[in-house]
Amino acid sequence: MTRINSVAELEELRKGILSKKDPDKPCIAICAGISCLGLGNGDVISAFKEEIRKQSLEVEVIATGCHGFCEKGPIVVINPEEICYLEVKPEDVPEIISQTVIEKKVINRLVYTDPLSGEKATHMSEIPFYKNQMRVLIGHNSKINPKSIDDYLAMGGYSAFAKALLGMSPVQVLDEIKKANLRGRGGGGFPAGSKWETTRNAPEEVKYVIVNAHEGEPGAFMDRALFQGNPHSVLEGLMIGAYAIGSHQGFIYTRHDTPELRKNLDIALAQAEEYGLLGKNILGSGFDFKVEVHFDVGIFVSGESSALMRSIEGKAPEPRPKYIRTSVSGIWDRPSNLNNVETWANVPLIIGRGSEWYNSIGTERSKGTKLISLSGHVCNSAVVEVPMGTSLRDIVYDFGGGIPNGKKLKAIHFGGPMGGTIPESLIDNPLDFDVLSKLGASMGAGDMLMMDEDTCLVEVARYFLDFLSGESCGKCVPCREGIRQMLNILTNMTKGKGVEGDIELLEELSEVIGEAALCSLGRSVQKPLLSMLKHFRDEFEAHIKEQRCPAHSCKELIALEGA
Amino acid sequence: MSEIILQIDGKDVAASEDMTILDAAKKAGISIPTLCYHEEIEAYGGCRLCTVEADVRGRTNIVAACLYPVQKNLVVRTRSEKIDRIRKMILELLLAHAPDAFDLQDLAKEYGANKDRFEKDSSFCIHCGLCVRYCAEVKKKNAITFVDKGKTREISFIPEISAKECWDCKECFPLCPTEALQAAFVLAKAFTFPSSFLESAPAK
Repeated sequence: MTRINSVAELEELRKGILSKKDPDKPCIAICAGISCLGLGNGDVISAFKEEIRKQSLEVEVIATGCHGFCEKGPIVVINPEEICYLEVKPEDVPEIISQTVIEKKVINRLVYTDPLSGEKATHMSEIPFYKNQMRVLIGHNSKINPKSIDDYLAMGGYSAFAKALLGMSPVQVLDEIKKANLRGRGGGGFPAGSKWETTRNAPEEVKYVIVNAHEGEPGAFMDRALFQGNPHSVLEGLMIGAYAIGSHQGFIYTRHDTPELRKNLDIALAQAEEYGLLGKNILGSGFDFKVEVHFDVGIFVSGESSALMRSIEGKAPEPRPKYIRTSVSGIWDRPSNLNNVETWANVPLIIGRGSEWYNSIGTERSKGTKLISLSGHVCNSAVVEVPMGTSLRDIVYDFGGGIPNGKKLKAIHFGGPMGGTIPESLIDNPLDFDVLSKLGASMGAGDMLMMDEDTCLVEVARYFLDFLSGESCGKCVPCREGIRQMLNILTNMTKGKGVEGDIELLEELSEVIGEAALCSLGRSVQKPLLSMLKHFRDEFEAHIKEQRCPAHSCKELIALEGA
Repeated sequence: MSEIILQIDGKDVAASEDMTILDAAKKAGISIPTLCYHEEIEAYGGCRLCTVEADVRGRTNIVAACLYPVQKNLVVRTRSEKIDRIRKMILELLLAHAPDAFDLQDLAKEYGANKDRFEKDSSFCIHCGLCVRYCAEVKKKNAITFVDKGKTREISFIPEISAKECWDCKECFPLCPTEALQAAFVLAKAFTFPSSFLESAPAK
């Protein structure tokens, strides 16, 4: 790789890469997202490589990022035709090579079959699951090798960065983000542009920009799918942000236990550095920027902004108790702008296609698309990308394929242990930051957990608090002790030991935790419980007054009923 | 340093700009209860007992007085129905661990806290961190530290350090609002010198 010194050289390089790519050459793109790997796609990848070697074929095999249709993995896409095979096993590989790759015939057994109509769909773009999404962020995942910067460049990568760096002033970039009304995807929905501006205007000279890739809540797996599958898209966003904010040092903070992501990140950073897209005098602009990767020590609270920054400083990840925003005083007391993976990935799109385009997608106050991870009682566990404003019903039934085993949907939980639950009766509402928070649920990072009629919400509330009891740092009394007591009360309820006054005590504890805890994690731990009390209070009352679990889920109560 | 005038419990109070609400209140002779605060060490914000109401630009915030910096025209209420409710609950949560601690009992009387409200879990330590922080910041020895996280977080002496440093110091003992510290120390002693933990300190 040679260093690129100007935009002209970048375009020259891109041309060179494209000219070397034969659009008709067969390329087998195999999903190596976490779910497909778990389903045995590693063996499928090896089988393809082995078969191609045996037959000495001129065929490229790439292990890509997550394609999103996790339920139907392992997924294999044969390009250039985009023939999509689902639930592929290593035994299918010789047949795919001889039939599809060599003879260009479709193997009917492996293509998508609609569960209702029985209709087949051969190409990715025809499968309803993909067809109805708007995959502007994650669409490239099935086309590029995440370990190759050249693949990203071939897709037009880093052109938004070049445009910003040499065609726009930092203030123009900032204004474009503000005009796009980009809101943070990590959970808060805070306007990214204002946050950037605060850091940009903070007096301290040295400023930092950070990618929060600490995705830690149960049921959230969209950031990893995006970051692992297309690391350069996030990196490009970070670089544009750094330029706008006036930062020369970026950090990526992620989990220590995601080795595949770590590998792809290390490679992406090394390649960007070799091309001179990171380092000194980038593209001859005079702008310097470098990025470091930091790992957590395995605790959920690390994702809280001030705890994350302390962790980067090398200290224990405990939230900082100071009443000053991290965008003004963060890592080593310097202004530090933190955005989530998906937020950063939106930035090159906004700069590349303009804020007007971005504003054309979504609702009045929630713009753009949103990645959603679907899990729980849903036919398709998946990562989907839909425009903001899509109705929750469409997400559950069109993309999620509805509820399995003929059961009815009871409720949807958003945002994991700091989120909220809405009942089935409200699912005609749109996916929108403000609508959801009015309903008592926050969108969170975009994790949707479907719960069927057999789910006991007392148990779900208990489960989240149990998770938090080990994932809070334990520093402040309301959070540490409040969680402990709420967990005790709920555990007793599920065992038929609930007493009159428990619900009121839970509400009193919730108030104290919500008001007096030290950090935003502590002040949110009561939210799932409160939303469940709001919509399903009678279920909690039945556990206490009648020692009955209406969902027939709490084992010890079922035993009592039988007695 | 310029002087700032703020209002605490209806009284105008003068403070310098590096002060917290707690500092300003102390100076004015207004008492705010604390458990994890100590003048010689950095404010921690762990016990949240010093929680007060502070009006900023027409909004009432619930803040920790030991950390919240004073500002011009800040209006602070150190007691209100809500604040008392928060303090009462915090005390009840802590009394589940250390029902016989004198400091907690005194405060419980003032705020009407019921020491039997929650199921007892007598681990005694209330995680104020005074010992840990005093050892680190004042003595600069780090002989005692927090281990683990969440509900399993606890204080622990580090035997290798405490064997050398603690015998002649023990300055953290009187800081402990409960008896937990001594228990932890005895435990560390047992780990360090398992054969002779009931004997007195060995000669250096």
